[in-house]
Amino acid sequence: MEVLSLLGDGMLLSLQPLNLTMILIGVTVGLFIGAMPGLGSVNGVAILLPITFLVPPGSAIIFLAAIYYGAMYGGAVSSITLGIPGASTAVATTFDGRPLARQGRASLALVTAALASFVGGTVANVLFTLFAPLLASVALSFGPPEVFALMLLAFATFVGLGGDDIPKTIFSICFGLVLGAVGFDQISGAPRLVLFEYNGFLQGIGFLVLAIGVYGIGEMLWTIEQTRGDVSATTPKMTVKGMASDTKEAAKKGWKGTAIGSFLGFFVGVLPAAGATPGSLMSYGVAKMVSRNPDEFGKGSVDGVAAPEAANNSASTGSMLPMLTLGIPGSPTTAILLGGMVIWGLVPGPRLFVDEQEFVWGLIGSFYISNVAALLINLAFIPVFIWMLRMPFTILAPVIFVLSITGGYAATRDMFDIWLMVGFGIGAFFLRKFDYPLAPAVLAIVLGPIAEPTLRQSLLLSSGDPAIFFTRPVAGPITVIALILIFLPLFKALRRMRAKAKEPAS
Amino acid sequence: MRVGEIFTAGILALLSIYLMWKSTELPIGYISGTGPGGGAWPFWLAAIMLGSCCWTAVNWWRGQTPASQSNEPVLDSYGWRTLFFVGGGIIGFVTLISIISMYGAIAVFLFYYLWFLGRHSLWFSVTMSLVAPIALFFFFEGAMRITMPSGMSFTDPVFNFLYDIIY
Repeated sequence: MEVLSLLGDGMLLSLQPLNLTMILIGVTVGLFIGAMPGLGSVNGVAILLPITFLVPPGSAIIFLAAIYYGAMYGGAVSSITLGIPGASTAVATTFDGRPLARQGRASLALVTAALASFVGGTVANVLFTLFAPLLASVALSFGPPEVFALMLLAFATFVGLGGDDIPKTIFSICFGLVLGAVGFDQISGAPRLVLFEYNGFLQGIGFLVLAIGVYGIGEMLWTIEQTRGDVSATTPKMTVKGMASDTKEAAKKGWKGTAIGSFLGFFVGVLPAAGATPGSLMSYGVAKMVSRNPDEFGKGSVDGVAAPEAANNSASTGSMLPMLTLGIPGSPTTAILLGGMVIWGLVPGPRLFVDEQEFVWGLIGSFYISNVAALLINLAFIPVFIWMLRMPFTILAPVIFVLSITGGYAATRDMFDIWLMVGFGIGAFFLRKFDYPLAPAVLAIVLGPIAEPTLRQSLLLSSGDPAIFFTRPVAGPITVIALILIFLPLFKALRRMRAKAKEPAS
Repeated sequence: MRVGEIFTAGILALLSIYLMWKSTELPIGYISGTGPGGGAWPFWLAAIMLGSCCWTAVNWWRGQTPASQSNEPVLDSYGWRTLFFVGGGIIGFVTLISIISMYGAIAVFLFYYLWFLGRHSLWFSVTMSLVAPIALFFFFEGAMRITMPSGMSFTDPVFNFLYDIIY
């Protein structure tokens, strides 16, 4: 009861005129920043951090959290309408969001994303409110072997995502992981994989460089070539009645994915260093696995949009938990929020809930209010996003190319990365022709820098004995599940090959 | 497509070998007291990449992939034209950034695409090519405080004029 009373006080605090204004502005700004390819919540929060010094700390963190929320909603917009994931958290949304848009059902995809994000955010808020201290202790028990096991589980879901051609999927995963290793060795600090001795590679290859290259350039070239420049399938219509029926359809067909994403995303988001990207990916993989129609995934499944969207919103709330309770940021955005809190004189950690009750519960209350505001603002802007899709393709295509190049430069501020992006785009165009799945590479480049150090730290802990991944109570089951998921498609493929080989004999 | 698939697998196999070789610049084995060497992770991943390419080659030889069963060309004349005009347009766009600035390159690229490839009217193409870079300038430089490349020095007067407006 005490929790409810504190939450009630927090909500009232966040409904005060200044805080409510901050929420509305923050969500709207975040929505548009998130919808821009190349810009995500981290840009929004970092850029607007200085502005928050004009208001009290409570209002400031509410403003930044609202930007975070809005950007998470906005990430789906560019994934669905343009087919370019603006942030790694929205990559999985492109798998089914883009096919739905191509079928002229962008409105359904956007409504599903908004509703799933809302439910994911709400479930995460409730879990946050009720179990914050307990979950913080679970998160603390996650050491390097557990985090690596979790990464292995994320990679295992890739194998299921890549389609039937398993060697090409494995190639794509490993290629992404190797690209993530370019630059410096994280542990020894020595330069590593400086390809062709070109110094530009010393700074590494960022996720956005590969993602924008693959989706913003490669995918667009492929679409233009395949459709002969006549992309007439995308003629979405937007009416109030249509939106109401989309809402019904989203609720009916997307509830399972939303439920999976809401809980799984929150749990993964709570773990330090994991964040929303593996959460959204795993949720997509699990939703596909438990679906009655797994074949629909990748072709425009409503569950395929709902699961990652619910998960990335849920995880973004979840990642606030270790930040507030332990002082450990779960994502780059929460790291900036943490910095802001320290500047404002607040000390994140277990004492925060005791010493700064009004601040903490005001923030938690604002999560609920921001979530509602984000849903309403997002739904209100869906017609604008749909209007973008109704543009003739000969206008939309150059706009996407321009946004890809400018967004890519805005994120990295390096012309070398822009050339790399173009190279990846042209390479992706050819690889796509030969059915190489590229989404696993894009996600692997994000997860590689998390997986490698945890693997090396774990092996160092065990003096090189890989049994450490099987003997620890949390890491063991996760590793076993991951290995089953990795080897199951391989066994299936081998069985298919043997059955085919037997056919002529019989 | 059949030749293209094995050719691509061959190129990727060569890339994998190059990455394996490059990884050996750092230790790839287990070092007592410090754990796996810095090159171990990329080396073994590149080795798996090489194995995957070999597996793809076996599948190709057995005719188990759609591409290995197809005698169609990888790109027909339309495909090559697309790659030349659209892909070439993008390369031209990126080349121009260092010369006439990001915004100048956007204007030229938009005009090229809308008027030459898109066959839109001259009035529309010119309007879009002028309005879009100006809008993007105020968004990036004004609102987001992100400085885009300003090209060679002859663009300075234009940028000075625009910066006077936002600062």
